[in-house]
Amino acid sequence: MIKLQDITKVYPMGKRELTVLNGVTLHIEQGDLVAIMGPSGSGKSTLLNLIGCLDKPTSGNYYLEDREVSRLSSGELAKVRGQKVGFIFQTFNLLPRLSALANVELGLRYSGGGDRHQAMEALGKVGLSDRANHRPTELSGGEQQRVAIARALAKNPPLILADEPTGNLDSRSGEEIISILTSLHSEQGITLLVVTHDANIAHQCQRIIYLKDGQVVAEEKV
Amino acid sequence: MKKWFEPFSTAWNGVVTHKLRSFLTMLGIVIGVAAVISLMSIGRGTTAQILANIESMGSDLVTIRPGAFTFGGVRGGTAQTLTQEDAAAISEQVAYIDLVAPSYSANLQLVVGSENMNTQVTGVTPEYQAVQNLEIANGAFFTEYDYQRGTKVVVLGSNVKETLFGDADPIGQQMRMGTIIVRVIGVLESKEGMMGSPDDGILIPLTALQQAVAQPRTAQGERVVSSIALTVSDEEQADHVVDEITSLLRTRHRLGPGVDDDFNIMSMEEIASTISEVTGTMTLLLGAIAAISLLVGGIGVMNIMLVSVLERTREIGIRKALGARERDIWIQFLLEAAFLTFAGGIIGVIVGWAVSYMVSATGFMTTLVTADIVILAVSVSVAIGLFFGFYPAWNASRLNPIEALRSE
Repeated sequence: MIKLQDITKVYPMGKRELTVLNGVTLHIEQGDLVAIMGPSGSGKSTLLNLIGCLDKPTSGNYYLEDREVSRLSSGELAKVRGQKVGFIFQTFNLLPRLSALANVELGLRYSGGGDRHQAMEALGKVGLSDRANHRPTELSGGEQQRVAIARALAKNPPLILADEPTGNLDSRSGEEIISILTSLHSEQGITLLVVTHDANIAHQCQRIIYLKDGQVVAEEKV
Repeated sequence: MKKWFEPFSTAWNGVVTHKLRSFLTMLGIVIGVAAVISLMSIGRGTTAQILANIESMGSDLVTIRPGAFTFGGVRGGTAQTLTQEDAAAISEQVAYIDLVAPSYSANLQLVVGSENMNTQVTGVTPEYQAVQNLEIANGAFFTEYDYQRGTKVVVLGSNVKETLFGDADPIGQQMRMGTIIVRVIGVLESKEGMMGSPDDGILIPLTALQQAVAQPRTAQGERVVSSIALTVSDEEQADHVVDEITSLLRTRHRLGPGVDDDFNIMSMEEIASTISEVTGTMTLLLGAIAAISLLVGGIGVMNIMLVSVLERTREIGIRKALGARERDIWIQFLLEAAFLTFAGGIIGVIVGWAVSYMVSATGFMTTLVTADIVILAVSVSVAIGLFFGFYPAWNASRLNPIEALRSE
């Protein structure tokens, strides 16, 4: 599913350069549930952005479903994102002026199709059918994150990436989100990558990858 | 199926979710377009009115008046240089001339019962009516027979009739004109608001006028006239006719080379083209002034769109993370700008139309809203939206999604 070979990512910082990822090689199989852990600045988010095709590596190869995507143009990358990847962010990133349903529909909009019915179905899967017409500001943090999950889910992507999905939630809502994610994984066989600080969450996954200073330093099977 | 529609609904949402801002942005365009429409309509209306006036006098009309002559550097006032014999010569010798109507004017006292007034009495030939395009409101014009016999009959201008007779029917009534008694046989249709309007004068056969006032004669014994009006049979030849008459009159008046003409020739054709040139320039100038305000409105659109892009950086990041391509983003913002300016253009047309209607209603000016102005104004406003919306939209589309998502 995902094959990273010797990936590096270097950001120019004024005159110096900042190496964020330094030779990451990684294989993730279809249907894996993987946690990525590591201290701040270890390159977790950068790695997730690269896997999600939001960014391109400075060097190395990235095969997504056997297709080399690290050299694609920004337009082609956008297409890959729209069809293959669902994002879940720490800060939810819903559009505040749109209803929950409209936010979910937005996820379908750029993936080449889908209708209101499909969006409602996704909201149903996260248990928010009755709040479809509420705006994000009228929803609790946990509910907002569930809308975000529905948005990522609606287009049925093979890959879902979650960047500290519980980081802005209280522990009860956090557990709820994790249980939704794990059950989606077990029921639909979606490949799921979760960046987290929380060891409890990591241990509900099948695999834990530890990152430090831009390198994979350890791997653990749960 | 409904995919083509989605960019439009996204742009529409962008407009309606920021109502106040959209309204203020539109306002600049509304004012610009309304200014273009109303100012251009005033310009066009004025031109049309002036040309219609000229048309009503007859665009084939050529008028010859005596010019101020100078003798040894001394300007001698209005000369008595034109004569009935000049008119006859023109009629015989110049081609492309339809009718020639010499006339002699004098100011005389008119008395009817207790009413009296002093006005200009013009002695004319029967051709005068056709040459000057005069319509009879009531009664009749005098005939060739009246002219030959010197019958003392008059045709009144509408204001004169109003002053002397009020609402009464003047036809058949007698009145005193200077030293003679005349009979009213007709009243002219009013030609309001025109230069040389016939409304304030009265017309009489030249032969009859000669019985009331002494018509001066020149040294050669020719009978002096105040002006000679004539119609050209082919308007294309108007310039040629003017040249012919000039050389004929110069010969008849024995003007040597280097001596100024002692007469003026005015061709309506020429006046009309000069006036439409002038008013055309005026319309263009008004339009240009209005266009500046439209341009300022366009810059306003650009300003707002730039702010809007900044403010919605995060939204752009989210859309990109969801798979929006650069094209999707810039179409969204460009359509938003075009929406605003198109709606502004439509509202501006309505406002401009209303303004020009009100200007017409005051009666001071005539306005004319034509389809080409409307189409021009609306398409220019949309073009302004696309032009000034392009840079902000392009900026938006180029945002890095990761940085955009990080922004607050």
